[in-house]
Amino acid sequence: MNRDKLLPFVGVVGLILVWYVGYWTRIVDPVLLPPPHTAAAALWKGMLGGNLYHDFIRTVARTLIAIAMAAAIAIPLGILLGASEKLYRSVEFVIEFFRSTPASAMFPLFLVIFGVGDKTKIYVAAFGAALVILFNVAYGVMNARKTRILAAKVMGASRWVIMRDVILWESMPQTFVGLRNGVSLALVIVVVAEMFIGSVDGLGHRVFEAQQLFEMPDMYAAIFAAGALGYGLNVALLRLEKSFVHWSGK
Amino acid sequence: MVATTLQLLETAPPASPSPGPGGGRPHITIRGLCKQFQGVTIYDKFDLDVPRGKFVSVFGPNGCGKSTLINMIAGLIPSDAGEILFDGKTLAQTKIGYVFQNYREALFPWLSAFANIEYPLKLMGVGKAERREKVQALVDHMGVKIDLVRYPYEMSGGQQQLVSIMRALVVDPEVLFLDEPFSALDYEMNLFMREQLQRIFVETGTTMVLVSHDLEEAVYLADHVLLLSRRPARIADYPLIPLARPRNDQTMSDPDFVALKGHCLEIFQREVRR
Repeated sequence: MNRDKLLPFVGVVGLILVWYVGYWTRIVDPVLLPPPHTAAAALWKGMLGGNLYHDFIRTVARTLIAIAMAAAIAIPLGILLGASEKLYRSVEFVIEFFRSTPASAMFPLFLVIFGVGDKTKIYVAAFGAALVILFNVAYGVMNARKTRILAAKVMGASRWVIMRDVILWESMPQTFVGLRNGVSLALVIVVVAEMFIGSVDGLGHRVFEAQQLFEMPDMYAAIFAAGALGYGLNVALLRLEKSFVHWSGK
Repeated sequence: MVATTLQLLETAPPASPSPGPGGGRPHITIRGLCKQFQGVTIYDKFDLDVPRGKFVSVFGPNGCGKSTLINMIAGLIPSDAGEILFDGKTLAQTKIGYVFQNYREALFPWLSAFANIEYPLKLMGVGKAERREKVQALVDHMGVKIDLVRYPYEMSGGQQQLVSIMRALVVDPEVLFLDEPFSALDYEMNLFMREQLQRIFVETGTTMVLVSHDLEEAVYLADHVLLLSRRPARIADYPLIPLARPRNDQTMSDPDFVALKGHCLEIFQREVRR
């Protein structure tokens, strides 16, 4: 039992070992692949008062603002669309089309419209995330269990009350699926946007700059910081979901 | 075999059996009920009386429209034509309870068992204190030993269905509809739930309409068994089950019970082969 708890660390230790072996045997040029401890030191130094921490916070802020904007727009709109199947079917193609379009391809367009600033990065990430959330919320509303709606109806609930007391709750697990996918996508878009010309900070900028300056330990540090951020956001949302949508999957 | 068939044909019922079992003022009266589903006629000018304070089990061949019937009476699906009255009142003026087969999908998993049971009272605008009181009274009355703070998904199937039944009963409905309520439970639980339901029926005297696909259960619980024909559904027979209550395990081996069940099975077989 206790040993099983250690299982997740096997992969981590394995990866570090492979990395060391790669470094010691010089399979990869040591300039391109510094040893793990050098990368870890760069990460430590960068996060404790270095530039990396500043960039990390900038990326977190952009991603969170983007997801908040996306949720504020997409959740009410998704409920509205899901409540009327006709309305949803009439805009389904447009939503599906832009949901399938890589949001990074929209970035230059947003640059032209909104200029090179924070706003543009946030808007394009919010745009991508909003479509994902919208699609999931609308489906959650549309796929609310028929029996539950009938149960409320037979107890005398009006259409509006059924919406508030049943359908909204029914759609919540799917809404969280949308939020989690939306956060992942928003982070990807924000980091890509930060690599574009005109960026002065953010994890994307840090990775790009480190690569340009050939400061490989810094680059690895920035990559790991971005990975930790993505993983952390996902775990945080899963935690929130578990406490909020406790009945999901049961 | 041929002889039996001929015999059965000879004993076929008269062309238009009466809509009710007779005796007493009916509680629910159905006249000229019509329902088509994707061009298939399920009910055509169907008449039925459900007597007040009695337990009616609905039994019939697969797909004959047993559930459709109680769903139309309970207003869950619209009828094409016809009139359904409760004591002369419309459905909107009548308090009803409905227990679904699929308790897992009928209860609200985001609410505790207690909150599920009090929900219909909330819809009626009953205050918080009174709601608590009513639910507690019902729980005490039924002698239920379930921790109602728990969520439905933390309970066994039987417990969940019991919560469903309490949710339907908490408003003191005039009629309680049950659509195959125990068919998803194992036999042991099924027997236990029958006892619970019979007790509630005897104690409250609520008119109950049960759809069942288990003939033993249907006869055991019923005052009248409504036997439906293949679609378009007609009343094939509507026999009285005059066995004393409370019925128990011995009832099921009682010769009268066996004979009544045999009669119902015979009618059912005749309708299936028709």
